[in-house]
Amino acid sequence: MNPKKPQSSKRYLPIVIIIAVFAVAIIAFLIMMRSFSDDARKARLDQPLTSSAARPDSRPRTPQPGAQPPHERGDASAAATIEEFGDFQCPPCGSFHPELKKIEADYGSRLRVVFRHLPLPQIHKNAVAAAQAAEAAGRQGRFWQMHDMLYENQSAWEKATDASSMFTSYARSLNLDMQRFAGDLNSTDVNNRIRADMMRAESLGVTGTPTLFLNGREMTLPSSNAIQYLRGQIDAALAEKKQ
Amino acid sequence: MKNRETAPERVESKGSLTAFVIAAALSLVGLADALYLTVQHVAGRSVRCTVITGCDEVLASPYAVLPGGVPLAALGALAYFAVFSLATLAAFGYGWARAPLAVLVALMLATTLGLLYLQAFILEKFCEFCLLSAAVTLSLAVVLIAKRRLRGRAAVVDAA
Repeated sequence: MNPKKPQSSKRYLPIVIIIAVFAVAIIAFLIMMRSFSDDARKARLDQPLTSSAARPDSRPRTPQPGAQPPHERGDASAAATIEEFGDFQCPPCGSFHPELKKIEADYGSRLRVVFRHLPLPQIHKNAVAAAQAAEAAGRQGRFWQMHDMLYENQSAWEKATDASSMFTSYARSLNLDMQRFAGDLNSTDVNNRIRADMMRAESLGVTGTPTLFLNGREMTLPSSNAIQYLRGQIDAALAEKKQ
Repeated sequence: MKNRETAPERVESKGSLTAFVIAAALSLVGLADALYLTVQHVAGRSVRCTVITGCDEVLASPYAVLPGGVPLAALGALAYFAVFSLATLAAFGYGWARAPLAVLVALMLATTLGLLYLQAFILEKFCEFCLLSAAVTLSLAVVLIAKRRLRGRAAVVDAA
């Protein structure tokens, strides 16, 4: 091959190769997109909490109610409801937490927030234990306090080999009945609530965390100015209710 | 006499061809890596590290997104595809592709060093996919520099 003057027979060959690689890259991109969605779904369904109830072949086809009653804060008659599917070990969820709290403070009684568990144990090893800790605290009326502590201290426990002992210390600081907390952590009731939320996520086609629904509509937050966008959507929902 | 004149030319073309082929192959590795990260950014919000920890922290950091919400990985994919295209053209004798290829790899090298600095000293976390990309870019730079040295040596032999 002459490096300076392309032979006429090979003149278009590199162009063909480049176009072929471009096409393969696009196809690979699309295949990976689909594969990622499937993996995320399996990660939720195959995690240790589930037994026979949450297998791919038993995937619910209609929206499931999730754990009842749900964990919610704000006015029950609020014009706007945000339902968050979260994983306590998910860093973007942790980053989003203080922003959502600011939004809750700003909108007051006009906004209700519902939290749903969507731990992703294949990615986050302590996510299920964190969800169990929050639920166990919830059985003593301290769900939101534990919820906030888990998010606010995420960096302290996310990589811990014994995160459960840290969760126990959080429970102690919330003045929980520690014997009851320990008994509730891995109880059927606690696991069933988490499983119910996961089933709801699955039934709604939620594939990642955090995923937000505003008045039942899933929101796709942009990568930049997400909070500003969210506030705009809440304002729009409130204006819609007024009409 | 004829042999003395043509032999260095053959050494140079063979060396250049090999370098461009290696560069094209390396850029495909980088392209696959960057595409994977772009997919993770677009489709999900958490990336699993299998060898080390820190992917989540690095890829969820503000440095992973360009102004306008474009993931940095997408820019990387574009850059690797451009490297592949230019290296392929250069391998097939399109001489004009060499200069932009060298400039592009130099820019990518500078960016890579900046990103390595961010991971090491600002975030204090490493992402294995980012490290793979850094290794690919460093390898690209080494290959092109080696090709240049080989070409320079061939020119000296040719002149002698």
